[in-house]
Amino acid sequence: MASILAVDDSASMRQMVAFTLKRAGYDVLEAQDGQEAVAVAKSKTVNLILTDVNMPKMDGIALIRALRELPTYKFTPILMLTTESAPEKKQEGKAAGATGWLVKPFNPEQLLATIQKVLG
Amino acid sequence: MAIDITQFRQVFFEESLEGLDTMESSLLHLDEDASDSEVINTIFRAAHSIKGGSATFGFQELTSFTHVMENLLDEMRAGRRQVTPPAVALLLQAVDCLRGMMLALQDNSAVDQPRVDDLYAQLEALWHAAPDESAPAPAPTVPEAPEASPQGHPRGWHITFQPHLAMLRSGNDPVRMFRELTDMGTLTTRVDMRQLPPLTELDPENCYLAWELTLESVVDERQVRDVFAWVEDECGLTLTPLHAAPVPDTVPVTATPTPAATPPAPTAQAEAAQAAAPERRVNGERRQQAAGADTSSIRVSIDKIDALINTVGELVITQAMLGQLRDGFDVRDLDKLRDGLDQLERNTRELQESVMRIRMLPMSFAFNRFPRLVHDLSQQLGKKAQLTISGEQTELDKTVMEKIGDPLVHLVRNALDHGIEPPAVRLAANKPEAGQIHLHAYHQGGAIVIEVSEDGAGLHTAKIRQKGIERGLISADAELTESEIHDLIFQAGFSTADVISEISGRGVGMDVVRRNIKDLGGTIEVTSSQGHGTTFTIRLPLTLAILEGQLVRVGQDTYIVPLVSISESLQIDPPAMHVVAGQTPLYKLREDYIPIVRLCDLFHLPHDAATSVDSLLVVVEGDGHKLGVVVDELLGQQQVVIKSLETNFKRIEGVSGATILGDGTVALILDISGLMHLAQQHTGLVRRPRRLAPVQQAA
Repeated sequence: MASILAVDDSASMRQMVAFTLKRAGYDVLEAQDGQEAVAVAKSKTVNLILTDVNMPKMDGIALIRALRELPTYKFTPILMLTTESAPEKKQEGKAAGATGWLVKPFNPEQLLATIQKVLG
Repeated sequence: MAIDITQFRQVFFEESLEGLDTMESSLLHLDEDASDSEVINTIFRAAHSIKGGSATFGFQELTSFTHVMENLLDEMRAGRRQVTPPAVALLLQAVDCLRGMMLALQDNSAVDQPRVDDLYAQLEALWHAAPDESAPAPAPTVPEAPEASPQGHPRGWHITFQPHLAMLRSGNDPVRMFRELTDMGTLTTRVDMRQLPPLTELDPENCYLAWELTLESVVDERQVRDVFAWVEDECGLTLTPLHAAPVPDTVPVTATPTPAATPPAPTAQAEAAQAAAPERRVNGERRQQAAGADTSSIRVSIDKIDALINTVGELVITQAMLGQLRDGFDVRDLDKLRDGLDQLERNTRELQESVMRIRMLPMSFAFNRFPRLVHDLSQQLGKKAQLTISGEQTELDKTVMEKIGDPLVHLVRNALDHGIEPPAVRLAANKPEAGQIHLHAYHQGGAIVIEVSEDGAGLHTAKIRQKGIERGLISADAELTESEIHDLIFQAGFSTADVISEISGRGVGMDVVRRNIKDLGGTIEVTSSQGHGTTFTIRLPLTLAILEGQLVRVGQDTYIVPLVSISESLQIDPPAMHVVAGQTPLYKLREDYIPIVRLCDLFHLPHDAATSVDSLLVVVEGDGHKLGVVVDELLGQQQVVIKSLETNFKRIEGVSGATILGDGTVALILDISGLMHLAQQHTGLVRRPRRLAPVQQAA
């Protein structure tokens, strides 16, 4: 089964995402900021990355940029978790190489529907 | 698959409350250094996370409240709005309000709605009164409602999709979009390979293909565009409606049919439905959660738990080792048995330490509230003060921590109210305008020391002395050292109406502070230098459950003297004993005279015949006074577990509790200040300062 890296500094969001995806049978890795995510992505093979945008140390945009520079993650789908109040973040994320986004708030069903579409 | 996300609410509350603490402390920093963008970012991030989480977990009231805060903070971090003290003050109030809302949600109690509404209105007003650029468009941009086609519903769409060369590099696979379209209806695809270069020039990372698609479905344009939303800027996309067949009557033109599959970006209805759905579930579940939240809990770092598990592991090994010896024990195994028992002792001690450590919290738990307190109070008092905190990682038992909070608040309030001078006075005295208040914690021996110091005016010795005489605490001709005079502020009845102000005058005097600290088995002392400031030093036991004790024998009984109270122990030198008027025995200890008391007399015990020759004197200190306690023998020092006498028996003056010794006997633990009180009653002993002068004359 595909493995997904969930990156969020908020433990509740991370747990919700991880729980939802695990229930659906995905392998879920977690990281609480960009730096940690890069380390995880380098040590394991990940099929999809789901990242929050606002995070300490290394934010989501910087993470996307960093991942796209790694040969392994050149084409890997990376989804950002954005909010309606920050539409400019979508453009910034896209410019950095994000595949797409998921707008918060979302419920587990929406999350799964999106992930399943991307992973096929 | 229905997924219940309410289980993550507790975590959400915990992290949000932490986030609020972060916001609060950062806002306080912002006050000092408005230019620090990283600080504003931190605050923004916390607000943003709380907003995102509250929306996800279905707390609409929190979402809308944080939303306005987030807008303000966003403008501040973008430099579009100035960080002004009133704005910071309002945000701080908003943080308090949010905290209140969250706690109310957590235990299902009523939210202070008028306050919420008031603050919300204030935040809105501030936001709309955009100071610099004209107010940016309001952030909640709801996606536009899908337009109804004027010509009625098309029966489908002809789509030309021409990805840019680099589209694949954003991880977007055209197949994903086709799959999504297939979910909406019947899709026919035709590949356009005209852009495909010769094999030698082909870069496999580029997308050279384009597609002509025909989708037969009654979806509207918006839904089709949503499928391509992620690649809007990475492709050429044209949509032409297919209008051949008339729209069947069964499909109402105005209503938007819901497709079988939800598009990736939520539509307005989906969002609204999502927002409403969890809300309906809220009431029933909050109650459940409140029941769980009631039990007092403690957060323990994984390291401590690991240490505990490790120790238990070793204990199991030791047990196995001893268990093997039991089967067919031979005298030759005696050494092994001894080793095993030694190991058991070590394991037990380690286990005890590990378990005790679980109850320990860093001092930051008590210190964290002070930046805010100092900020608010100094504004209220029109004073300037900087708070520095050190040693906040020093650990202390949770129970002690909870009880030391109020005395510390009292001391910090006093420091600002009475200690730190108004800015003008400070400048006149050649001091920096802002006063310094320092909170410092460190371990010393088996105790924790907490210092509260400031560089204010210092205690006014003459005034205190005067007041002490007025209150009848000392006689007019008493000869007191400066520190003895300073000590008067801890006397009951010293705090009087003329020192009561709005800040400190809450009916609690320093005597209550001292009593609270004494109840915790601690001490408080003050040192002060006029014009330079005052330092209060609190000494507390690390835990209330275990005590480092000195075992002493009196007759047949064993008593325990808390090690922290003992200043020294010595063999009694009979010529140093003095009995003066009032029959108070005194002992000349170097240049000083200290009152002495025989435990056997005090507790009416039979004692060794040769007492005065062979006896030992344990000099204890409490309440700033010394007392010599005569005992028959010093037995040893050990940690004892304190068992309360009051729970099952009753309170006895001079005894703070009991413990069970290794041989199974019960020993009483002496309460030093109670003992002093008892000694006073017993011998008519009065406080040393007033006695000091005549004694020295007699000697």
